[in-house]
Amino acid sequence: MFKKFTPSSDVSGHTPVKSSVQRSIRTNVLSQWKIEPETLEAIWPKKEGLVHVKCRDHISVYTVNGEPLFFQHFDEAFFPTLRVIHKYPYILPAVKIDRGAIRFVLAGAQIMCPGLTSKGGELPPEEAALEAGTPVGVFAEGKEHAVAVGITKMGTEAMKKTNKGVGVEATTYLGDDLWALETL
Amino acid sequence: MGRKQNRAQSPTPAPAPEPEAVEAEPAPEARPPLEVLYCSVCSFPIEYCEFGSSLTRCKEWLKEANEDLFNKYYSDEALQAKLGTLSLEAQAKLEQDTAKKEAKAEAKADAALKKKLASQIIIRRIERTKRKHVTAIQGLEAFGVDLKKAAKQFASKFATGASVTKTPTGGEEIVVQGDVAEEVQEMIEEGVGVLKGIPADNIEITEEKKKKSGE
Ligand SMILES: [Zn+2]
Repeated sequence: MFKKFTPSSDVSGHTPVKSSVQRSIRTNVLSQWKIEPETLEAIWPKKEGLVHVKCRDHISVYTVNGEPLFFQHFDEAFFPTLRVIHKYPYILPAVKIDRGAIRFVLAGAQIMCPGLTSKGGELPPEEAALEAGTPVGVFAEGKEHAVAVGITKMGTEAMKKTNKGVGVEATTYLGDDLWALETL
Repeated sequence: MGRKQNRAQSPTPAPAPEPEAVEAEPAPEARPPLEVLYCSVCSFPIEYCEFGSSLTRCKEWLKEANEDLFNKYYSDEALQAKLGTLSLEAQAKLEQDTAKKEAKAEAKADAALKKKLASQIIIRRIERTKRKHVTAIQGLEAFGVDLKKAAKQFASKFATGASVTKTPTGGEEIVVQGDVAEEVQEMIEEGVGVLKGIPADNIEITEEKKKKSGE
């Protein structure tokens, strides 16, 4: 989503979000992420205005005091930015890639199933299986912090079974153009 | 569970805590964020420096900034341990890649600097009608100037319209309503506002007469 992203040409406007809309976004975020209202309040205090940064291709980035906190494609799921996941790694379900896959992810590649199913990778156990279309934190073998935030392109059980093709699409990753923007 | 412990500590009549914080935070249970040390060279969490394009400088910085962490990540044992499930061959390949990337990044930075010094700012005075002109400014982005901000600055300075528009060649330029070419040149030379760090020699003004067919 943000492999190539230039604010001067890819942002079409900044709009303060109406408080009624902010309330519904807050409700949605609370239901989509595993986060306590108090912790969300610490990241995004109610008294601080949320700003909607409208970007190309129907991407919306939401900022507080200029800092990007989460983003969305159309009205789909809300993804926390990587810096938010670094601070609160438990708010999304986790998958893990093996060490060999790290450099490909950092180059903006999709995450292929074998990188998740190999010995260094990790997917949730069957009882915690994730469906296709679930936002996930992408962690990496031997690393403490997430390398990307992504969305599953197939169910995690299907990834184990077929072990072929794209398992997770990274929506933002370490070193992409969203990462480079501390404020927007 | 952590919550109970927190509560258990608080009943002691605390010497009036900051009243503002109490008002703003009805719930004291927010989980504290994880502290992440980001590399001041490549901006990654330091454990990812090895995948960046500036590992040599990253290591120099970390050794200076925090020797314990430096040893944690770059001692021989650490290097052994982090191989993980990666084969020696793959690790060698990774190191080769890193070195290559680093050399490439340095060459790129060099080229960027050269390009920057050679970049031209072209200010075009464009005739729209007999008496109306617009002024187009090209090339500011090569000097790291945010075009939108610069356009805003021109608009307020000249109390006129200014916008960022795409050029036919795929680039972008700022178009200011009115004939302000000389004033723009002065502003750039003086480095007003966001227009900083541009050598005066790199600025050029050109004229564009109205074509017969027009727009
Ligand atoms: Zn670094």
